[in-house]
Amino acid sequence: MIASLLVANRGEIARRVFRSARAAGIGTVAVFSDPDAGSPHVAEADRAVRLPGASPAETYLNGEAIVAAALAADADAVHPGYGFLAEDPAFARRVLAAGLTWVGPPPEAMEAMALKIEARKRAAAAGLPVLPELDPGSVTTFPVLVKASAGGGGRGMRAVHIASELHEAVESARREAQAAFGDGTVFCEPLLTGARHIEVQVLADQAGTVWALTERDCSVQRRYAKVIEETPSPAVGPQLRERLLGAATGLARAVGYVNAGTVEFLVARDGRDEEREFYFLEFNTRLQVEHPVTECVHEIDLVALQLAIAEGRPLPGRPPPAAGHAIEARLYAEDPVDGFRPSGGVVHAFAIPGTDAAFGPPPGGRSRPAPYLRLDSGIEPGSTVSAHYDAMLAKLIAWSPDRDSTARRLAAALSAARIAGPETNRDLLVGVLRDPAFLDGSADTSLLDGYDFGGLRPAERVCRISAAAAAAAVAAANRRDARVAATLPGGWRNVVSQPQLTSFAGPRGRIDVRYHWTRAGITIASVATERGAAAADDGEDGLSMTVAGLGADEVTLDVAGVRYRFDITRAGAEIWVGSALGSLRLTLLDRLPGPRSAELSGSLVAPMPGSVTRIAATPGDRVVAGQLVLVLEAMKMEHQIAAPASGVLAELRVSSGAQVNAGDVLAIVAADEANESGSDDANR
Amino acid sequence: MAVATRAAHHMVRLVTVLASALDTGSAEYAARRAAMLAKLEELNAEHAKALAGGGPKYVKRHRDRGKLTVRERVELLIDPDSPFLELSALAGYGTGFPVGGSGVNGIGVVSGTEVMISASDPTVRGGSTNPWSLRKSLRSMQIAIENRLPLVNLVESGGADLPTQKDIFIPGGQIFRDLTRMSAAGIPTIALVFGNSTAGGAYVPGMSDYVVMIEGRSKVFLAGPPLVKMATGEESDDESLGGASMHSRQSGLADFLAETEHDALRIGRSIVARLNWGKPGGGPVLAPAEPAHDADELLGIVPDDLKIPFDPREVIARIVDGSEFDEFKPLYGTSLVTGWAALHGYPVGILANARGILFSEESQKAAQFIQLANQIGVPLLFLQNTTGYMVGASYEQAGIIKHGAMMINAVSNSRVPHLTVVMGASYGAGNYGMCGRAYDPRFLFSWPSAKSAVMGPAQLAGVLSIVGRQAAAARGEAYDEDADAAMRKMVEEQIEAESQAFFLSGRIYDDGVIDPRDTRSVLGMCLSVIDGAPGRPAGADSGPGPGVAGATGVAGAGRYGVFRM
Repeated sequence: MIASLLVANRGEIARRVFRSARAAGIGTVAVFSDPDAGSPHVAEADRAVRLPGASPAETYLNGEAIVAAALAADADAVHPGYGFLAEDPAFARRVLAAGLTWVGPPPEAMEAMALKIEARKRAAAAGLPVLPELDPGSVTTFPVLVKASAGGGGRGMRAVHIASELHEAVESARREAQAAFGDGTVFCEPLLTGARHIEVQVLADQAGTVWALTERDCSVQRRYAKVIEETPSPAVGPQLRERLLGAATGLARAVGYVNAGTVEFLVARDGRDEEREFYFLEFNTRLQVEHPVTECVHEIDLVALQLAIAEGRPLPGRPPPAAGHAIEARLYAEDPVDGFRPSGGVVHAFAIPGTDAAFGPPPGGRSRPAPYLRLDSGIEPGSTVSAHYDAMLAKLIAWSPDRDSTARRLAAALSAARIAGPETNRDLLVGVLRDPAFLDGSADTSLLDGYDFGGLRPAERVCRISAAAAAAAVAAANRRDARVAATLPGGWRNVVSQPQLTSFAGPRGRIDVRYHWTRAGITIASVATERGAAAADDGEDGLSMTVAGLGADEVTLDVAGVRYRFDITRAGAEIWVGSALGSLRLTLLDRLPGPRSAELSGSLVAPMPGSVTRIAATPGDRVVAGQLVLVLEAMKMEHQIAAPASGVLAELRVSSGAQVNAGDVLAIVAADEANESGSDDANR
Repeated sequence: MAVATRAAHHMVRLVTVLASALDTGSAEYAARRAAMLAKLEELNAEHAKALAGGGPKYVKRHRDRGKLTVRERVELLIDPDSPFLELSALAGYGTGFPVGGSGVNGIGVVSGTEVMISASDPTVRGGSTNPWSLRKSLRSMQIAIENRLPLVNLVESGGADLPTQKDIFIPGGQIFRDLTRMSAAGIPTIALVFGNSTAGGAYVPGMSDYVVMIEGRSKVFLAGPPLVKMATGEESDDESLGGASMHSRQSGLADFLAETEHDALRIGRSIVARLNWGKPGGGPVLAPAEPAHDADELLGIVPDDLKIPFDPREVIARIVDGSEFDEFKPLYGTSLVTGWAALHGYPVGILANARGILFSEESQKAAQFIQLANQIGVPLLFLQNTTGYMVGASYEQAGIIKHGAMMINAVSNSRVPHLTVVMGASYGAGNYGMCGRAYDPRFLFSWPSAKSAVMGPAQLAGVLSIVGRQAAAARGEAYDEDADAAMRKMVEEQIEAESQAFFLSGRIYDDGVIDPRDTRSVLGMCLSVIDGAPGRPAGADSGPGPGVAGATGVAGAGRYGVFRM
């Protein structure tokens, strides 16, 4: 019997495991890195042990320190969560050697499946179909996929369509894999177009009972990272399901698998259910991020079952039958409009109205609401999203008896979520959940390949209306904060000369909102964007706007006869505006900007927090516009920082390995004379 | 003492909420409202002239030079969404000079501090100073001195209007004198120089505590290149004589070198933020409630014909906090209403004419009430609608002069701040007793239909007629009735025009003509400003002021002139 469980992880999965442990009466122990000291998972655990440092290597990948933490805090079992050390057999052995219970598969099974190259050999031997493995040096037919043998989550993975790109792709995949997993081995396989990513959750007890649960469809991916997962798959019929589940069960038995794992397959686009081709991809010897959808349809607690199996208890002969449809959306701190640039910083507001439960099903058994919403979140308002770790903020899961209702509920909940702080992929998630190709079940792994991410930008009209609301909220805050003549009416004039002007930088450029304070309150005079001005009473634009309710946090606008309520969250100059029209972030522009810094033209500024992994030029070098100067690694991605103009690299302010913050000047290129004046003017 | 009084206000709220007898459905109300709205339309038309500056052509030329208009400068200087009380917007009305006095003066909140802003409008004849803009500037400086308001000058002026230099040159020296006297009195002065500030104008930055100049824009010298060439033969240029860069790096006249106008305004705001400025009065003492009656109804109270009296309680009920008013001596001297109220949280004593005429009782009541306000350090608000002190044998015999003198003595020597609003008539010595301009109220505003004169136009013409008739009789000549009628008509029209609020405001005999609906906000702003200098400051007059302000409230009811009993 486990008395106290240490979770060797952070964020939402640590909280998720704690929930099941608590429900079982098991004590909880957290570990935390320095940036995570204030995280919810630390506050929720019975005990918590600091892992000094910030980098994964010093903390959540430091198996020795974690085992020491478990012993120090009197834990008698360790759950690894997913990622970090979850699939590291050496760590499992270290846990076991310390006399602790390992809540996971036997190290031998982990080892057998750890490297993709080895795993596919074992799978083939067990009779599972596999794709041919190609040597990167002798690929002749394209497209191919370059893959890291270790790890997952899209790291070290590159699609290559023409021969000339192969070398750089292989090198960069190697670097990424080496950095992320400590193993730079990569291989190639044919890139199947139009395939679906289908996986099967298996669960095996020590007595030899193996469950294979209804397949999960994780076809909606972005750079090989899953974005939306669901079960059951809309593309899998009963016969294909039987074949997939059978294959997964066979492999689990063949490798002597115990505990929870997931067998991943690529399923061909075409073919009738009974003869459709599929290929074994890999066997993940851990709990998956997307496990909640399986929990929803089977009404089981996978973590509770993992704990039971680790304690040596038997599984029931067969799993509870599946019912209904569950979809999970992964909310990431990244900006799809800006090339999925990772985002970070303080979460000022985070609330998803209508959530029914967290980290598990809502209470009520059969009488629980349908649809229902489950939120597995690693953050809370006030949390800081650090550049050191994965950028996933939360998972939102919806369940209902049918797929369409589930998708509609999930999209609506995400759309109404109040999120202020880092940029997120929320609008992309909503877009996918409402995409006809997703709704009719035809979306494959290429759905996001040609996706119009720019189209996620709020429409011009939404920007204008939201900016008007934001201007009203700013005005209300100004009056609220006034200390002198504070009781006088806002913006009062005995001689009215001109409207008040508030300017924002918005998703579609600058927005100037002009408004009057009148005896009745605020009236919007005009909202001008870079594309032109629109008078507030411009009937054609439908932008006749009056402020019906005024507050610093909430504004009500009547827009062409329709009343909208806006939630406003503000942190300094950043303002988040949410309404039924959508959500967007605006930056309040300084009315009186200070002098331009002469330095800024030609500066290379860190676009996000991260660490410098490579320096490609030295001071004094001549560089041409677009030439690589250095490489920044942030949020598990490599970002190339290139010269903004041709000239001489005048200054290099960082060295390899340096940690940098967003906005830090990394290097300065002294641009050639001819280029300078032009870029200067554009700056103004 | 004042503090103790204020505490008592907090604890004891045995107050009376004024009821209104105004019948807003009546034809009379509708007529009064219509007349007032017509007057307001005229007012807006005059304000529009001031707002237009030098007109579209010059404003465009100004903008084409990449410059902000004067009003944009003011709006950017003050805190966003804060109130701004503009002063003397009608300066120059009826004088032949453009309405507005070629500048914008007013009180605004800059970096959380109330300041006096004095900004010249370079689109109006190059921002040059005419006799009325000079009066307007001097008045705003007087307000700044009396109320201890830091002064921010937004300078861009071509200097004096030379054809009228005789009315500018000699009195204009006071501008520079007052700048340095302000500084000496501990009131900071700041000059943001947006363009020309030459010849005499160069002493505005010269006499200011803080000077900001703008690269390539500010031009500050005693004499320009042509005059220097004439005087000494020296060849020079604008930049070497008075450029911003030169003054920042060589002469030291500029303390800050700004890159742009926006940058200059930013620096100006940061200077004010660092002034460490506070107000000795300590802010409002009561949480203000809005009046119980609608301010919009103020439009329907004043009759078009000022001979018809109106109840000032209807006005008080629409401007004071919660319409709460505790009347003092309500049964005595009923032609003058006196009592206590609060406005935007500041306690205030109110004197308001009820039926125009001031009798002996009203005069004595006023003298007593003014002393009471001085005893407890509460500012006074005078709401004028007076035809003056009563005349006639029985009143003279009862000592109306003596009693009127008592009231004027009390007003003159009162040391609490005074505010005056001319709602209707302000005739004769009633103007004095009710704290007209000559009695130095901190602020004086007029409603659009107000009139001030020694007497009503018809009465004045009638007096001239009687005097003429008597002179003719004394000479034994026949009186020319036709000529008399023509004279009376002409005089009546002239006096009527010269009694009008717009005309007097044009001559800076008030601080502005206001929309009656704005009265509460105007007075609230004034009381907030007064809070910076609750006592009467030194040098404001020859009266018995308590010295340099800074003491909280004022002390004692003594030190009046001898009351003739």
